Amino acid sequence: MNLKEAQRAISEIKARQMELDEKDIDTWYQYQKQIRKLEQETTLTAWDHVELARRPDRPKARDYIELLFHDFFELHGDRRSGDDPAMLTGLATFHGIPVTILAQSKGKTTEENLRQHFGMCQPEGYRKALRLAKEAEKFHRPIITFVDTPGAYPGKEAEEKGQAEAIADCLCTFATLKTPVICFVLSEGGSGGALALSVADRIFMLEYAVYSILSPEGFASILWKDGSRVKEACEVMKLTSADLLEKGVIDQIVPEPFGGAASHIHQVVEKMDQMLRKALVETMKKKDNQLIQERYDRFRHLGDTSWKMSR
Amino acid sequence: MDSLFKERKKRLDIFHQWRKKPAPKPKEMPDHVFQTCSHCHASIPMMDLVKNQYVCPECRYPFKISARERLRQITDEKTFKEMDASMISIDPENFPGYKEKLDRMQKATGMKEAVITGTAKIMGNPCVLAVMDSHFFMGSMSAAVGEKITRAIETATKKKLPIVIFCTSGGARMQEGILSLVQMAKTSAAIARHKEAGLLVITVLTHPTTGGVSASFAMLGDIILSEPYALIGFAGKRVIEDTIHEKLPADFQTAEFVLEKGFIDRIVSRSKMRSTLGWLLAFHTKRSLS
Ligand SMILES: [Zn+2]
Repeated sequence: MNLKEAQRAISEIKARQMELDEKDIDTWYQYQKQIRKLEQETTLTAWDHVELARRPDRPKARDYIELLFHDFFELHGDRRSGDDPAMLTGLATFHGIPVTILAQSKGKTTEENLRQHFGMCQPEGYRKALRLAKEAEKFHRPIITFVDTPGAYPGKEAEEKGQAEAIADCLCTFATLKTPVICFVLSEGGSGGALALSVADRIFMLEYAVYSILSPEGFASILWKDGSRVKEACEVMKLTSADLLEKGVIDQIVPEPFGGAASHIHQVVEKMDQMLRKALVETMKKKDNQLIQERYDRFRHLGDTSWKMSR
Repeated sequence: MDSLFKERKKRLDIFHQWRKKPAPKPKEMPDHVFQTCSHCHASIPMMDLVKNQYVCPECRYPFKISARERLRQITDEKTFKEMDASMISIDPENFPGYKEKLDRMQKATGMKEAVITGTAKIMGNPCVLAVMDSHFFMGSMSAAVGEKITRAIETATKKKLPIVIFCTSGGARMQEGILSLVQMAKTSAAIARHKEAGLLVITVLTHPTTGGVSASFAMLGDIILSEPYALIGFAGKRVIEDTIHEKLPADFQTAEFVLEKGFIDRIVSRSKMRSTLGWLLAFHTKRSLS
């Protein structure tokens, strides 16, 4: 059964559940079992993953930050040229320890999204992240990054201010940053704009998030000169969390409830909390040299299956 | 009529001269007698172009050249020792049409991948070189390209040598998906280590240096040089125009534009490239006060 059919069937059952007599617990339970069965039997296409990842009601970085940390203190500006609202940065406490947060931030309303360019960062965004990453390193404070962007912002000013240099600087600086870096991929991770915040010791990805070389639309139009072949592109792009786990690009999947994090965000946050806690316990006890060596090694061998020595 | 005849004879002579002269690697020699400059549209006899390091004598526009030709222009004779020459891309995911395209590229260019790496001397100064070639798959960064460049950088770090990278690339290799993208992180990490070891990184941006390559090692040189007129940028011009609903100026993302914005050190013409690199490499060697 496909996702749309399953969602329709499930909402019908839920409607029937609502009409039940309060005492009819047995029937309610039967319905509940039917729902579980439907959920289990549904196979999601790669395109379903993309649609789930792009659902407007999907929680944003700020939602997760507010639930994971109770004292988020936002900091602004790259100290060079500006403050990019698409990059949300600041300080917070996680189970008693101070951490630095760097998050690509999509908006909730059209107004917010216009201001935040749908999470597409500009050079000043990446430079703000860099500034605070170095500040975190100085105090040996772990960094938590949240990736949620269709890509870096393709604007005129962004190019003039050195988008390429800003992203390259992130990749280079995070590679040797002497403090733990833990990354969560929330919904969309696209191109170098997402990679800039993904050079980390642990990378966790939400089950219905997608992470790819560029947007499926861009992929189809570049490769096949036909932007409408999006669904087909999704299938060959291998962009789901399961694909990325298999390739070793991410370490673990954050399970989501059927239909996505929007329906039960607390459930997802609880899981993220556990994973983050474990990751920090593991990485914080490592010596700087070992931490950096392991970070190097995790990227060093990505793609080893894609080449060989010919005779 | 007479002049036309003369002109034709002149052209024929050039042609015969060109045919007589054995090209070092015939496979890589363009088979046109005349080349049209894509910048000033002048028709340039092949011989003149070859003599002029493939730079238009009319407008100084540097024609696209192969990595082998670049090596001939830059390195001291017989000093280049290639590394990982036999590395090829395989297609573990069976991406539709990829294997066939790789095959076509290899046959058309005589290359195995879009970059050639090795050790060499430039005006007597030893270094490790990586030279990309846009004839092969637009110089896109496959995992093999990322691996060869990373190995070149690591070799340089180990041997305490400077690394010089000639960049030209349209960006990531779409067919390899996410594993192409992460090569940006892999190569940048290798550069970071090389720099931390106190060693020199020189990148030379040639037409075009865009996408994932521009946003990784290309922009990480201690010194970043560029050829004149090279296209340098992250996002494609059309994508930007579609986003901002505005036409971009003609010089947008050219080397000259990027120099003005402060993101490269110098524009160096092809005829001065070898001596410039030689001087920079020599300048960075340890010396004592005389
Ligand atoms: Zn010309």
